Amino acid sequence: MEKSGFSPVGLRVLVVDDDPTWLKILEKMLKKCSYEVTTCGLAREALRLLRERKDGYDIVISDVNMPDMDGFKLLEHVGLELDLPVIMMSVDGETSRVMKGVQHGACDYLLKPIRMKELKIIWQHVLRKKLQEVRDIEGCGYEGGGDWITRYDEAHFLGGGEDVSFGKKRKDFDFEKKLLQDESDPSPSSSKKARVVWSVELHQKFVNAVNQIGCDHKAGPKKILDLMNVPWLTRENVASHLQKYRLYLSRLEKGKELKCYSGGVKNMDSSPKDAEVNSGYQSPGKSSYVFSGGNSLIQKVTEIDPKPLASASLSDPNTDVIMPPKTKKTRIGFDPPISSSSAFDSLLPWNDVPETLESKPVLYENSFLQQPPLPSQSSYVANSVPSLMEEEMKSPYETPAGGSSVNVDEFLMPQDKNPSVTLQDLDPSAISNLKLQEFSSNVTNNTEAILRSLNWEIPESHHSASLDTDLDLIWLQGERFLANTGLQFQDYSSSPSLLSELSPHLWYGNERLPDPDEYSFMVDQGLFIS
Amino acid sequence: MQRQVALIKQSLFDQGYLDEQFMELEELQDDANPNFVEEVSALYFKDSARLINNIDQALERGSFDFNRLDSYMHQFKGSSTSIGASKVKAECTTFREYCRAGNAEGCLRTFQQLKKEHSMLRKKLEQYFQLARQAGPKETARRPK
Repeated sequence: MEKSGFSPVGLRVLVVDDDPTWLKILEKMLKKCSYEVTTCGLAREALRLLRERKDGYDIVISDVNMPDMDGFKLLEHVGLELDLPVIMMSVDGETSRVMKGVQHGACDYLLKPIRMKELKIIWQHVLRKKLQEVRDIEGCGYEGGGDWITRYDEAHFLGGGEDVSFGKKRKDFDFEKKLLQDESDPSPSSSKKARVVWSVELHQKFVNAVNQIGCDHKAGPKKILDLMNVPWLTRENVASHLQKYRLYLSRLEKGKELKCYSGGVKNMDSSPKDAEVNSGYQSPGKSSYVFSGGNSLIQKVTEIDPKPLASASLSDPNTDVIMPPKTKKTRIGFDPPISSSSAFDSLLPWNDVPETLESKPVLYENSFLQQPPLPSQSSYVANSVPSLMEEEMKSPYETPAGGSSVNVDEFLMPQDKNPSVTLQDLDPSAISNLKLQEFSSNVTNNTEAILRSLNWEIPESHHSASLDTDLDLIWLQGERFLANTGLQFQDYSSSPSLLSELSPHLWYGNERLPDPDEYSFMVDQGLFIS
Repeated sequence: MQRQVALIKQSLFDQGYLDEQFMELEELQDDANPNFVEEVSALYFKDSARLINNIDQALERGSFDFNRLDSYMHQFKGSSTSIGASKVKAECTTFREYCRAGNAEGCLRTFQQLKKEHSMLRKKLEQYFQLARQAGPKETARRPK
């Protein structure tokens, strides 16, 4: 076994800040930490740099307020596309902002003025992420071995020598090769970090394999890999891809659910993860997969016990105040993922999250939420709403969910009045109302872990621009969604006509539609909860 | 002469013009960047002049888009923390409070004050740097009491 260690020296940092003074200061500070620094004044430029050299950076530090793109959005892109740890910075330390950062996947949120000591330890995030990636990949489709790998790699990394720095790419992870090969994976797997480019064809093979296998719990990476019959592909490639796929599908499900909530009611009756969901679906294989995927999301979420966030303003996390008793047996119904299959097909090929993303929310909105075109931020909001809805339904586990997709639709209507509702418009006053906070705080713990496990490689090829835009949005949303909830699957009781029952019970149990600020905040929560 | 320089710097701290951030900057200064603090300072004043201009224009328009003003001020505040311009930063905070309260008059007043503080700080720092250059190689930064 190689005795490779981990060293913060030479950590490749990308700093993004539109303030030239801070950029200069941070560059100096980071250099003093013996890091390799690249500075950038624009978010888009940063994304370009990152995409150009996909393995060129170890960590990104970005200011929240960028002129050309919302810092949170950048954060998402980076986290999902490139799976890099991102640290947010701001002069604003308002709880809601910090929370938003964490929810969007930031591994830290630094307040300006930033001190050297804060920068000196950022390498921890990189290390942590790498460890979690190994763990997550191992855990997702391999038979056992997760535990000992965790112990092993932790000891390995933490006890290792200083002979390897970040400059030597991935040498630290050679041991993973051994572990993975031990699983009798015949493919010449390089270190885990060798990124596979999932081309259209490859992905199609993947999807076909998945559909062939059928429902979720049978669709393990090994089976999929076998069916795909791609010699150079490794099981871990498939495993991580599978995670993302499930994310995407669950995200679609949520969108569909919103759209045809009335139709979704019938789904509520079925027991978790069974073929009942498949009925009426165009592609049973896919739908069950989707359904299970979505269910698994729920299950994972419910495993998490709500813990209070650091901010003291949150109320008792274990009080299920929001969800009325009769919703205890709720579960999420999945609409036939007809559009999800088709949407997914058209998803191929995946593209980078496009710069056009923000200018072309229309397709997505229309297809999933039947809303008039809203600004990109709104589309983002709309996207996350389904997640929130789903989360709302998971009451049995004391998740402070309270709504239903019916309510979401009602919610979405008011969007017309306030098309500028965005995730950025967090209303701190809504905090006290939102039980979701506690939940999201827990979820974000998982979020970090899971997000980092997504080794997403998006091919550069571009096809239908607008469609890709939306699908990328979908994908990202989906990824984020799954990232928060993981993939484990459990039994889940159901309650019929949940939706109709829940209609009078708005998000937070009070008989009013939350105002747009609250809504966006909730949506924001939901994005990472459900 | 170096003592003079030190005294001037001390007074800047004592009078609240600068806070610890300035000291942090001084600690970053080294042989590789012997004029680091002065460079950063120059950069700050250049950039903040631009921001002040933007805000001036926005205020002159008279339309009082508080959201935009708040956003400008947020930028300004962030910028001002970079060199530890604490008085300027305080005015930024006040301004933003007025923005949130929708108090146009308060905003205008505060902005005038902010510009004063900004200008004052600029003068003082220019003096300080000039003197420091004349005094010769800078002594290592010591944290004033």
